[in-house]
Amino acid sequence: MSYLHLAIVSPLLFAIFIPFFHNGFRRVHTGWFALPLPILLFIYFLSFLPETMSQKTVMASLEWIPSLGMNFTAKVDGLGLLFALLISGIGALVILYSIYYLAKDKERLNHFYVYLLLFMGAMLGVVLSDNLIVMYAFWELTSFSSFLLIGYWYERERSRYGAQKSMLITVFGGLAMLGGIILLYVMTGTFSMTEIILSANQIFNHALFIPALLCILLGAFTKSAQFPFYIWLPDAMEAPTPVSAYLHSATMVKAGIYLVARFTPVFGESSVWFLLVGGVGLLTLIWGSFFAVKQTDLKAILAFSTVSQLGLIMSLLGVGAAALHFEALDDNIFTIAIMAAIFHLINHATFKGSLFMAAGIVDHETGTRDIRNLGGLIHLMPITFTVSLIGAFSMAGIPPFNGFLSKEMFFTAMIQVTEMNIFNLETWGILFPVLAWIASIFTFVYSMIFIFKTFTGKFQPEKLAKKPHEAPIGMLISPLILVSLVIIFGFFPNLLSNSLIAPAMAAILPNLLGAGDEFDVHIYFWHGPNLELLMTLGVMVLGYILFKTYPKWGNIYKRIPEGLSLNRLYDGLLKGSQTGSNKLMNRYMTGSIRSYLLYIFGFFIILLLGVLLRENAFKVDTSNVSDIGIYELVLVLFIAVGSISILFVKSRMTSIILLGSVGYTVSLFYVLFRAPDLALTQLVIETISVSLFLLCFYHLPKLRKLETRMRFRLTNAVISIGVGAVVTVIALSAHSNKLFDSISQYYVENTYVEAAGKNMVNVILVDFRGFDTLFEITVLAIASLGIFGMIKLKNRGKEG
Amino acid sequence: MLEVVIWIALLCCSLSMLGLIYRVIKGPSTADRVIALDSIGVNLIAITALFSVANKSTAFLDIILLIGILAFIGTVAFAKYLERGEIIENEPNR
Repeated sequence: MSYLHLAIVSPLLFAIFIPFFHNGFRRVHTGWFALPLPILLFIYFLSFLPETMSQKTVMASLEWIPSLGMNFTAKVDGLGLLFALLISGIGALVILYSIYYLAKDKERLNHFYVYLLLFMGAMLGVVLSDNLIVMYAFWELTSFSSFLLIGYWYERERSRYGAQKSMLITVFGGLAMLGGIILLYVMTGTFSMTEIILSANQIFNHALFIPALLCILLGAFTKSAQFPFYIWLPDAMEAPTPVSAYLHSATMVKAGIYLVARFTPVFGESSVWFLLVGGVGLLTLIWGSFFAVKQTDLKAILAFSTVSQLGLIMSLLGVGAAALHFEALDDNIFTIAIMAAIFHLINHATFKGSLFMAAGIVDHETGTRDIRNLGGLIHLMPITFTVSLIGAFSMAGIPPFNGFLSKEMFFTAMIQVTEMNIFNLETWGILFPVLAWIASIFTFVYSMIFIFKTFTGKFQPEKLAKKPHEAPIGMLISPLILVSLVIIFGFFPNLLSNSLIAPAMAAILPNLLGAGDEFDVHIYFWHGPNLELLMTLGVMVLGYILFKTYPKWGNIYKRIPEGLSLNRLYDGLLKGSQTGSNKLMNRYMTGSIRSYLLYIFGFFIILLLGVLLRENAFKVDTSNVSDIGIYELVLVLFIAVGSISILFVKSRMTSIILLGSVGYTVSLFYVLFRAPDLALTQLVIETISVSLFLLCFYHLPKLRKLETRMRFRLTNAVISIGVGAVVTVIALSAHSNKLFDSISQYYVENTYVEAAGKNMVNVILVDFRGFDTLFEITVLAIASLGIFGMIKLKNRGKEG
Repeated sequence: MLEVVIWIALLCCSLSMLGLIYRVIKGPSTADRVIALDSIGVNLIAITALFSVANKSTAFLDIILLIGILAFIGTVAFAKYLERGEIIENEPNR
């Protein structure tokens, strides 16, 4: 176990001690105990930077289940390290923020930090695992800890609903991903990501390639809230704001992005991958940005905005995968999409984290998050306003901040789609930049709504639950750090380029890495008046007009969305499956033994007859049948007459007597076929069971004593005749297909010699096969004890 | 010669069994049926005995005795059931 493994699981281990800290040091906010760990982890992960910058990967393996090829192999490359830094860095900031956000004496802080640390460890495990099964295990752990965090205020109904919804959707995707991992294992014979990438070329034409691709993408799309699985994310906003900031903007929703980036070398050359990742990403982008404008809740705006920005990153990854088609790196301009994706990934984590924290501050200090009640807070909360302004401008892509740079690169990448000469993109590739541009306009509009509806306009103190004032400084530290990063990355983007982005690109596009330095050229190249700049200007102008005229055209939302609501579809599906399965259950589980017997015998007929017909096994062979004598015929006649008349008699007493006579005739059959022991036993047992029947019928309740003939039902008749026919056919066929001689000759020869007995039946019962007899004795003992118990204990229960 | 005699005797027994089974099915009262059943038992004794003779076997002689005992016990039980409504009476002081 290396330090790296320890670092990955340290949050999980540390979570064990949180309750002790919480209970032991009541006066200190539990968050202070949790805070040092992510800081330490962040510093530890920073120490890997020199190695990833020189294109090295750090691998450390720990045996888990080596016989199944499952080892906890930790791998640090550019992509994993980028995510690990995001997780630990933003994790530290979020814990610091939550210390001031969550009250010490009102909240169950031990729960909160245990869940949060669980999540942090799980997330680190996802991004740093090389073995896919281990990655899947951590992946599910993120789903579970996210479920716990969303349902943190479990006494609220909306929280429980949101937690359940996100659980169902992400676990659905997670299971699909497991299927994809198994398919990959079937194709490549390994769970190791590194080895799968090496064998990517061999599996490209495999029959399971497309199913594996779809399964993996399903996992990524559900986790990263892509269309149409984004619906859990807005409902996850019921979580405490630090959770929303951490999980639902910076880390967990990027697990799907990570997955797509990670699998790009494997699947990227497929046109299905390009279309699905690029297309769904773009659709999510425009859908999310369009509906974000409609929201009135600050966190709902941010949730839809997250959906839309994730779609942006996803579409960039899809477009960037097309770079794999062009071998020559010299003129491979398409790698810029991957670079834009990574850059925007970092940018989004910074500005979205700060915006969530700002929204949390507004909520915390005014008691509401509804923009219809807010307004005019600019003088009361100047620092929060500054934070929000920088974050929102960066989100909208306005020049001095980092969002501008990634938005420019996004446009560049999208314009390049039109220049690609693969997948018929010459004809309809123009859709990519146009849709991206429209989505950016909506992004601009909701960013402006977020900032100006909250902080400018009329101050409405009567609508607010609290008297608003600026947040305590502790709460502002984290968002301030994040917005400083927004500004720093905006002015000095090359801080990131060589340290984080280039290694991450090398991890996503490993096969293009003939000359490793080539990626850097594009990163420096971000200036110049060009088409992208014009597009940004257009976004700002049109966005401003749309923002100003929003009251006029906002009505269209009242008409469109209701019909297109995917939430309604989800609720309907959930409810439909519940009522559907209920109906199904009620339909066939009637509670009547009669119908269950009908099912049992019906399937009996279908299965046995079906097998007989399919195997063509029916055969009648009369070669080894002995002659039928007159005695047998007469006895068969007796039994047949007795059995059939049982069906038609009126009185129960008569049917008992008829049953008895059938039993006695059977004993006569034993006599006829020379089985004296059987005949003896049969006679005694028949007598006893007849008297037991009599005993039962005497005790039947008076009301039901009305004796009627059995009613006739056609299904019952068909089924019973069918069972009889099937059994007869099988008996005939079995007798005709005798393959081996009997082994009874051994008993005939050895009964006296070996076992010193002349009665062969008895010698078999107690000598050759005495074990059966022992347990039949046991059966009788149990039956008699059971009867005794039923009779005696019932009476005792009445007395007691 | 013996074969023929046994054959005829078995035939007679079978015919009487048929008649008795008719009575068991038809019998207007339960008592008729019980008597018919008892007689079936006696017929069974006869058939078993004839069969033993025909097969030259002594293995079935136990069965003759057993049928005799059972037919007696069974008939007594039925009779008591019809008379008292139960077969084994509870002791009055329990």
